[in-house]
Amino acid sequence: MADPIRPTSRATTAWFLAALAISVLSLMLRELWPWLVTYPADWTLALSDLINLALAQVLALAAPVFRSLAHVLAWPMRAIQTTLVALPWTVLAAGFVALAWRAGGLKLALLCAVTCVYIQVAGYWVESLNSLTLVSVAFPLSVLAGLLIGIAMNKSRRMAAVLTPVLDFMQTAPAFAYLVPLIVLFGFGPVVGLIASAIYAIPPMARNTRLGLDLVPDDLHEVAAMTGCSPARRFWLVELPTALPQLLVGLNQTIMAVLSMVVFAAIIGGFEDIGWEVLRSMRRAELGDSLMAGLIITLIAILLDRITRGFALSARTHAGPQSSLLRFAVISLAVMALAWGLWRMGLPGAQLGATRISSDWLDQWVAQLSTAIGAQTDAVKTQAIYFFLLPVRIGLEQAISPYTWGFAFTPLLQALYGLGVCAVAAAGAWRWGLGAGAGLALAGLALFTGTTGLPWPAMIATATAIGFWAGGPRVAALWAIALGLILVSGLWGPAMFSIYICLSAILFCLVAGGALGVLAAQSDRMSAMMRPVLDLLQTIPPFVLLIPVVMFFQVGDFSAFLAIISYAIAPMIRYTERGLRDVPQTTLEAGRCAGCTPMQLLFLVQIPAAQRQIALGVNQSIMYGLAMLAVAALVGSRGLGQEVYVALGKADAGLGILAGSAIAAIAICVDRTFVSALDRGRRSATSV
Amino acid sequence: MPQTAQTIQTAAPGGDVILECQNLWKVFGPVPKGFAQQAGQQPRDETVQMLRDRQAMAAICDVSLDVRRGEILMIMGLSGSGKSTLLRCLSRLVDPSAGAVRFDGQDILTLGNRQLTELRRNSFGMVFQSFGLLSHLNARDNVAFPLRVQNVPRAQRQARAEELLQLVGLGDRMQNFPHELSGGQQQRVGIARSLISDPDLWFLDEPFSALDPLIRRQMQDEFLRLQQTLGKTIVFVTHDFLEAARLGDRIAIMRDGQLVQVGTPRDIILSPADAYVRDFVSDVPSSRILHVSDLMRDGAGPDGVPEVAASDPVERAIDLFLSGHDLLRVRDAHGQPVGQLHRDDLHVLTGQTPCGQAHHG
Repeated sequence: MADPIRPTSRATTAWFLAALAISVLSLMLRELWPWLVTYPADWTLALSDLINLALAQVLALAAPVFRSLAHVLAWPMRAIQTTLVALPWTVLAAGFVALAWRAGGLKLALLCAVTCVYIQVAGYWVESLNSLTLVSVAFPLSVLAGLLIGIAMNKSRRMAAVLTPVLDFMQTAPAFAYLVPLIVLFGFGPVVGLIASAIYAIPPMARNTRLGLDLVPDDLHEVAAMTGCSPARRFWLVELPTALPQLLVGLNQTIMAVLSMVVFAAIIGGFEDIGWEVLRSMRRAELGDSLMAGLIITLIAILLDRITRGFALSARTHAGPQSSLLRFAVISLAVMALAWGLWRMGLPGAQLGATRISSDWLDQWVAQLSTAIGAQTDAVKTQAIYFFLLPVRIGLEQAISPYTWGFAFTPLLQALYGLGVCAVAAAGAWRWGLGAGAGLALAGLALFTGTTGLPWPAMIATATAIGFWAGGPRVAALWAIALGLILVSGLWGPAMFSIYICLSAILFCLVAGGALGVLAAQSDRMSAMMRPVLDLLQTIPPFVLLIPVVMFFQVGDFSAFLAIISYAIAPMIRYTERGLRDVPQTTLEAGRCAGCTPMQLLFLVQIPAAQRQIALGVNQSIMYGLAMLAVAALVGSRGLGQEVYVALGKADAGLGILAGSAIAAIAICVDRTFVSALDRGRRSATSV
Repeated sequence: MPQTAQTIQTAAPGGDVILECQNLWKVFGPVPKGFAQQAGQQPRDETVQMLRDRQAMAAICDVSLDVRRGEILMIMGLSGSGKSTLLRCLSRLVDPSAGAVRFDGQDILTLGNRQLTELRRNSFGMVFQSFGLLSHLNARDNVAFPLRVQNVPRAQRQARAEELLQLVGLGDRMQNFPHELSGGQQQRVGIARSLISDPDLWFLDEPFSALDPLIRRQMQDEFLRLQQTLGKTIVFVTHDFLEAARLGDRIAIMRDGQLVQVGTPRDIILSPADAYVRDFVSDVPSSRILHVSDLMRDGAGPDGVPEVAASDPVERAIDLFLSGHDLLRVRDAHGQPVGQLHRDDLHVLTGQTPCGQAHHG
């Protein structure tokens, strides 16, 4: 098919050569014109002030509306909170256990019981209920909104075209970023966290709703037509039930998103929930307490995930005992009544948790552990910083010094490095064409100056060239606009810092995650061992991941790096394993018959066949990494995440929106680049 | 090449017409403005070319066809020949771009939504290639679904569904969900569902194509058995000529959206309209499909020769010829002599014409 958008290889080459020329030129001129590296503050537009001004106007008009909305939402929140807290803990626990039993059988019920007892003994029962209150108010709101949006996207192509980028933006913009404007609109208080959680969790529900409805087979639409269904009938009797399993997957993802945001929104404070406990204890460096509270969040997350997933699974297989719903309700009410009775009689459980058990021993243990292995962790940290993080950040040019690498980067060595890059680039140009050679030379340049030292014209030119290669002028323009706006809004420095920290984390994820994925694909035992760990990493709110990182590595770049990795590596492993395992048996047999050694089979057959899946994994990892950026700011990374955090502290909505949008813009650009590069690959593969 | 479908006589005398379409067109892609009015004004091939020049694709080109009450009309063609689209135009699941579709004399293309809904509820039933079962309902509720839509009380519609499931031999699987049933069983559910409102016109869109050959054969037999008791008017789409010849009273063969030949299995086997049709014909064992009555001549044969029934497959006569007989007596279902079959009468099957019968290709 003729595609006017698709760039010719000659144009791509030209773009890369131009990018190379611009980069070399700006590198040579940077001594003369320092503004090439540091964009002068005088040249920025006061975009954040503009946003604040606009927001102030809106606020002047709409504040009463928003404030009364906040009151309306606060009412059910307070009501649920009061009810839950008033109920004896044994009664509630009995109810939760019954629910877990129905969703996942005995094992889940046991886990639920243990969790309840642990929370009570640890003395966080009320805080946990407060978090649960927020979840139970925000969850229905996002489900309702997500359903409506998903249905609208399914019914109207135009709506889908309008709403898809909005959802993209909502999913990639860090939740932090819209906390600030929400605070401005609704005033401080737990309602803001509630609303932010509800908004944050809309996209998965909307996407799954749309997917489920889109996947209803044509046949069934025809069945509906032939049986004479009205449109409403068709929706309620055919489309919705058929899409139900997908909707339940959406419910599962939505409740997890709500929970992670609720925990996160604790940063606003004012509701004494479990996320607040973690944050408070972390700030006071009471790591024992934060571990205990973090464990509770993890357990709650696992339970919510397993329970909703259990219901989703039983809907998919129609295995659920649907007819016995009434019986279930009666039995669980009876159990709860029994628990109430026992509690009234002052029997077991009543005194449990009357005094919060001390976490001092845990603190001591943590302290001992970190001193015991302190030397090792410090060594790891230093090595990683000197030989990996610093070169990515400030380039070989500055990273190599007698203090770090043990020798100086003398002019002679620099010249040798330059020659080496030229040689590699020339070899690349000879092997794959001029464009590829220019690309390699650009990579060499970037490694020399580092992400933060790269002159901005070089960065923009390179990014647009890559965008052009992947998706033609449209993606190139996207990059140019996004980076240009970041530049003029004065966020270039923080943005480059964010790109540096993400880039290093992603590079690590790529190598380590790819290797682990390959291992998992080769060995069932490996795969079975890794699965629960990956499940855990993807289930628990990212916030909690910070606790162990801070425990061992204190705050700083390296901790942010680790925090991002721990969140972003899971998709890389998952997609790699999936892709390799999905390679058709016949392809493997063909490879073996051709006489491949196991290594050849892996590199010549399996990985090329799985490259689409692997690339999707890379894309997902980048998205996760960027999403984690704002969270990582809590453990002392600079960059855009930090800017958002600062904005939150100062309630500077303009800055918050701007920095958040910058992260979202980068994420969207990266995503579009990957997606169109993959499309390109598929198109050229089919046209051969 | 023989002239194509424009000149084919579709309406044979006798049998009243329940559904007919005239000069039907279906165009996918950008349909030129006013196409519905202009479609008949220039020769078909020019219209098709004009559409192609405008990046549009004619899936149905100028098709005229009747369906007579009580017959099984097979629509046959390769994939992409437009047979399923034609079926969907006839049931108005797809709106044709030009032409007319009349059911019992009424143009259904002009019906409003409400009337169309009524028509589908009361008069049409349809079976789908991929079964089209609702995965959240069990077999009985799937069958009862059309009545559910019409707000028939639960007890009543379930009783009726159970009746129909008995009819298709699934009386013991009523509570099972679609994924617990085999392909053949799922299609039985689909068939039962399409029959629940006792339709006048029964559309089947490649109902057995997704099944294994053995199951397919079994389902075909069962379909014939059902049809003997029901006597429905049927429009049946298939890509399998053997199936068309086994089940159909008449076959309409399609290619590239055009009707190539319409006739009884005998007409088509014995005088295929062109090389395309002959290709299909050559693939099937005609001696097993044709009946003695298709080849016999008038006049009772002499006594003392073996007898065959008019409804026997020609294969049986061949067995007798091979055992040394030259002439057979043909009798009807009541044992009355109705004709005779000579060894030479079989030459039509191989294309040789020793008796001077005209048969050219």
